[in-house]
Amino acid sequence: MQKKNGNTNSLDRKFRLSEFLSEYIIKTVAFSSFAIIILIFVFVFKEAAPIFFPKEKKAETSQFLQSETYGEEPGTEQPENSLELYSSYTPSHDVASFKNLTGKNWQPVGEEPKYGVLPLIIGSLKVTVLAILFGAPIAILAAIFSALFAPKGLREIIKPIIELLASFPSVVIGFFALVTLATVLQNIFGYSYRLNAFVGGLAMALAVIPIVYTVTEDALTAIPKYMSEASLALGATKWQTALFVVMPAATPGIFAALLLGFGRAFGETMIVLMATGNAPLSTFNIFEPVRTMSATIGAEMAEVVFGDTHYTVLFFIGASLFVVTFAINAIAEFYVRTKLMKRFRGE
Amino acid sequence: MRMDLQTEIIVENLNLYYGKKKALNNVSLSIPENKVTALIGPSGCGKSTFLRTLNRMNDLIEGVKIEGTVLFDDRNIYDNSVDVVELRKRIGMIFQKSNPFPKSIYENVAFGPKINGVSNKSQLDEIVEQSLIRSALWDEVKDDLNKSGLALSGGQQQRLCIARALAVNPEVLLMDEPASALDPISTTKIEDLIYELKKKYTIIIVTHNMQQAARVSDFTAFFYMGDLIEFTDTRKMFTAPDLKQTEDYIRGRFG
Repeated sequence: MQKKNGNTNSLDRKFRLSEFLSEYIIKTVAFSSFAIIILIFVFVFKEAAPIFFPKEKKAETSQFLQSETYGEEPGTEQPENSLELYSSYTPSHDVASFKNLTGKNWQPVGEEPKYGVLPLIIGSLKVTVLAILFGAPIAILAAIFSALFAPKGLREIIKPIIELLASFPSVVIGFFALVTLATVLQNIFGYSYRLNAFVGGLAMALAVIPIVYTVTEDALTAIPKYMSEASLALGATKWQTALFVVMPAATPGIFAALLLGFGRAFGETMIVLMATGNAPLSTFNIFEPVRTMSATIGAEMAEVVFGDTHYTVLFFIGASLFVVTFAINAIAEFYVRTKLMKRFRGE
Repeated sequence: MRMDLQTEIIVENLNLYYGKKKALNNVSLSIPENKVTALIGPSGCGKSTFLRTLNRMNDLIEGVKIEGTVLFDDRNIYDNSVDVVELRKRIGMIFQKSNPFPKSIYENVAFGPKINGVSNKSQLDEIVEQSLIRSALWDEVKDDLNKSGLALSGGQQQRLCIARALAVNPEVLLMDEPASALDPISTTKIEDLIYELKKKYTIIIVTHNMQQAARVSDFTAFFYMGDLIEFTDTRKMFTAPDLKQTEDYIRGRFG
């Protein structure tokens, strides 16, 4: 052992540049993606904020914007009068209060804009529920088959193929629904509107199936093999084992799969924009056109006046979508993490 | 072997392959009724594999090929006409790792009768109570049958698994090292239980523990490298085995 001061000892801490750099680069990348999500979150809510805090200033801004856009156009008669006209109704009608938002009509452009988001919420729910109703049974049964019944070789073919469906761009699914599915379904069922919630829901099921399938499949294969062996050794058939032993043990995982599918369908834009007809109707008839929250943002955001009430309401809808999908994903995560694990610890 | 014994299972020229690897080599063996037969041998000798051929649990493993016959109730259980589900009802199995379902104690025991179509509540209650009594667990759990089976101790879980197997009223019980993961007190309880159970059931037990084989079994089969080396009366096996190889193993010289 060297004991003299000043001498280097092999146990002295060394500075390793590559280690230092790689650690900090990874850290920076990880935190920046985290920061981006937070910033988007903040931005969406900030833009939607005027709905919660309606101010006098807001009305002035829109008046100013409108006067700039329309009032000073050459050839317009009596600009001052039209300005007065705007300012006279703007505070009473063109303010997005909660009262305004809960209306049954969505007519954001017009003499008297109406910002009732109810038909949009109904539209989103209709398409989402239909997508889950069509997609979930198929996905869950396929997962049961590939996890519990299929021979290994077959499983290795089925699983990647269904998961491949998840990588389909939604515009392709939407296009397929718009061009082919809608016509076929109308010929079969003979309803009057070619594009409607039913077509949208069915097309959306194609987007939901791979998610529900994958998560369910994982939940089922995570059930230890000794569990199904115990059941088979008692003289249970394969199907009884799947239904009464494996499925109950995997329920939290299957529930999480459904939630994730719901979240996917709720936030999906392109498929519904193309396949549902986009009429904001407050009806529960599945064969009538609908407009979803996401499709509304997709269709209208590009044409809206920056900073005005319509713009704010669209951001409010966006924030609501954000909250719903975030909550659903969080619940799903919670379920898989805690409930599924608890079952095997005997709590 | 004494002639007054009834045979429960007759195994003839059994060969088993995992893919290309041969795991059992021409095994022939007659298992006597209402006796405990112990299967001993070093790890990987094929004793657990042999046990699992008796209720066709090896069917679940891909790439397993089986030749030869296993006669049970005058039928070759590997014949195409035999229903595996019915076979497993009559030949129950207890695993090395206790594997109760994540359900209540009651539901664990009632599972077998339920899938066999027993739905009458009082009849189920009766079966559950009788099975738990026979597996010597009743006194410990009778007040909280609704508790999760997984909340029991290791030894209790294993007895719960035995109760679950008894509830379908099998004729044969296959036990794959049932006490290897348990503490000595729990092991004693399981051994006492085996002693009680053999009055009604034929028991075949795989064990790593020589003393356990000597204590609980009437007959012992010694396996080595997929061969059945010697099969005889347990007392004779542990005092004066016919073969030197058996003696060496029992004395702990290898394995």
